[in-house]
Amino acid sequence: MTDLHVLPGDLLPPVEPPRRHLLSVSDLSRADVERLLATARSFARSQERDTKKLPTLRGRLVLNLFFESSTRTSSSFELAAKRLSADTLSIKSAGSSVDKGESLRDTALTLSAYEPDVIVIRHPQIGAPQLVASVTQAHVVNAGDGKHQHPTQALLDLYAIHAELGRLEGLHVAIVGDVLHSRVARSLLQALQLVGARTTLVGPPPLVPRELGESSHDIGAIRDADVVYVLRMQRERMLEGANYVPSLREYTARWGVTPDRLRPGQRVMHPGPMNRGVEIDPRVADSDAALVVDQVRAGLVVRMAVLYDLLTTGPVLVEAAMEVA
Amino acid sequence: MSVLVGKAGGENVVVRGARVIDPSEGIDAILDVRVDGGVIAALGDVESNGHRIVDGEGLTLAPAFVDPHVHLRTPGREDEETIASGTTAAAAGGYCAILAMPNTDPVVDSTDLLRGLRARALEEAAVPVGFAAAITVGQAGTQLTEMGELADAGAAAFTDDGRPVATAGLMRRALEYNAITDRPLALHCEEPSLTRGGHMHMGTVSAELGLGGWPSLGESLCVARELALAGDTGQPIHLMHLSARESIEHLRAAQAGGVRASAEVTPHHLCLTDEAVRSLDPNLKMNPPLGGPDDRAALVDAVRDGTIAAIATDHAPHSREEKDVPFEAAPFGVTGLETAFAALYTHLVRSGLLSLETLLERMSAGPASSFGLERPRIAVGAPANLVLLNLDATWRVREDRFRSLSANSWLLGKRLHGKVMTTIAAGRIAFQA
Repeated sequence: MTDLHVLPGDLLPPVEPPRRHLLSVSDLSRADVERLLATARSFARSQERDTKKLPTLRGRLVLNLFFESSTRTSSSFELAAKRLSADTLSIKSAGSSVDKGESLRDTALTLSAYEPDVIVIRHPQIGAPQLVASVTQAHVVNAGDGKHQHPTQALLDLYAIHAELGRLEGLHVAIVGDVLHSRVARSLLQALQLVGARTTLVGPPPLVPRELGESSHDIGAIRDADVVYVLRMQRERMLEGANYVPSLREYTARWGVTPDRLRPGQRVMHPGPMNRGVEIDPRVADSDAALVVDQVRAGLVVRMAVLYDLLTTGPVLVEAAMEVA
Repeated sequence: MSVLVGKAGGENVVVRGARVIDPSEGIDAILDVRVDGGVIAALGDVESNGHRIVDGEGLTLAPAFVDPHVHLRTPGREDEETIASGTTAAAAGGYCAILAMPNTDPVVDSTDLLRGLRARALEEAAVPVGFAAAITVGQAGTQLTEMGELADAGAAAFTDDGRPVATAGLMRRALEYNAITDRPLALHCEEPSLTRGGHMHMGTVSAELGLGGWPSLGESLCVARELALAGDTGQPIHLMHLSARESIEHLRAAQAGGVRASAEVTPHHLCLTDEAVRSLDPNLKMNPPLGGPDDRAALVDAVRDGTIAAIATDHAPHSREEKDVPFEAAPFGVTGLETAFAALYTHLVRSGLLSLETLLERMSAGPASSFGLERPRIAVGAPANLVLLNLDATWRVREDRFRSLSANSWLLGKRLHGKVMTTIAAGRIAFQA
């Protein structure tokens, strides 16, 4: 058979997407990740002061475009922009011209008239951030597109793990549950691989694509991990009648993360919102092992770092910027 | 009755000094070709007889192409394509004949509609066009169309393209009944319970992107079914736009076992793999989806060894507003008439995967014989169906240059080798660059 594993060069997508956007973790190198985390740590120190606002992005405009419900991500992007003194405009699909049938392309073009510096977009359909990036001059940050990517979530998860355990390289992270429908899992897997951590995917066979790497269908596999990352059962993304699992009851019985399935010293994470009693036992969610609140706190400083990184020349200016404050 | 309709041509023309290639006729030489009244009258050193002269020096003259799979979107979506625009695009792509698919709005499932389209084509078509009719009424998969009447009214083929014939029982009945016509049954093979929610080929790339996967079995299971039914009924079938390695394996085995099955493949499935989908460009979304490297290799092999005799574009125009949406929301389909030869010449012939002769054969004689159409040939006495190609020219695919009313091409912005200079279709000069 003809060996065609190499495509003609000019038919391949661009090797490196423009670095001006953050559309996917695959846009980032390990150095990028380390720089962003370091910047976020600098911002975390600034957030310990009484005056938390920095003048860094004064006069810049950050547009938050949310076509899907969100509490954590939308609030943290908005607050991150405000803490950096940027102006913010937040548009939610409900009650906007989207309700009147406006296309995403037209919405993006219309709002581009305000010359935003950054557009943060969340959308239920894969490829929406790419479309927005192709029609505007702004830097585009993907805040979640369908089942595809949620890169700032992965960065904040790395930040929270590092803050708790002091390292990333060599750690073992078990990701448990509905991997198939999870943009969080896809982004986090790539990010963990980038920094040299080991991953195991655990869950029901139809929800754990075997192409994504080491996996197990036995919940017992989480005992080896340093961190157990629990995913939400994304019932709203499942095709009707697809029978990924016979019932939530059976899912919880087999794959629910309960105290007896964990070992002392393990950390537990969840991107939220949690289905308590489904994928995570309330006793686990409320235990000291759970880093859920740390993740939310990390979200603010990581998103500050992302906005800052996109709009400035690099991390060297961070300390200087804080001196001014 | 000819199933192809279009303007009759009586061109008097001499093509001078081109390299003339017709693999089926065993010709490959520098020759002059004289056309008298639309019919090839002389080959070799010919007198010009006062005919119009086309300088072919340094160029290649071949039998013009035949595309058995084009969506002209008429009736219903004339904003995307019309008979006039689609056939003009075909002429620019080097085609002397095309077949239009019946999945229009309304579906071509009645003799009145078919006769109306044929009458319009006689007025409007830049190259001869044949119209396929549906296998089932409204392509709804329950009631067979009046295949006998439709064949008498000029249906070029029968197909429910865009969807499979719903059940094995109905498919079997269609095969049995179609014995009363001599028109091919062209089949879109898809098992909907496996492809539901699919946006791209199921594999590593779909898993990484999170896009709903469309497994190879979504095609090959249905291919196996149709081949088994064709074998059982003894009736011929044509398999459309094959994309999966497993489908080729079924086809090869069935052909070896005596089943009368022909097949086609598209330029995009021969040139691309699912790796390209990482860009999330909606112009890389088609049904069936782009396969993996093994699928592409199997398709190229099948074209080379003749298991697949026909290359068909599956030219599927879509308006800008339909395709300017996130990948996941975009409809399936890409255009192909104006880029097919150059894409295949660039990515298969120039890269050494396929000979020029085989490519020319699969774009002309192969599709013609698969659909029972007269084979375009370079021989004295044959109607002039010729394409003049500049294999040394390069050009860039540009949105504003398409004759098609739609520009949803997977090749936008790409540089290609090989340019169509002149197309003579049914004895008439249909295109000149």
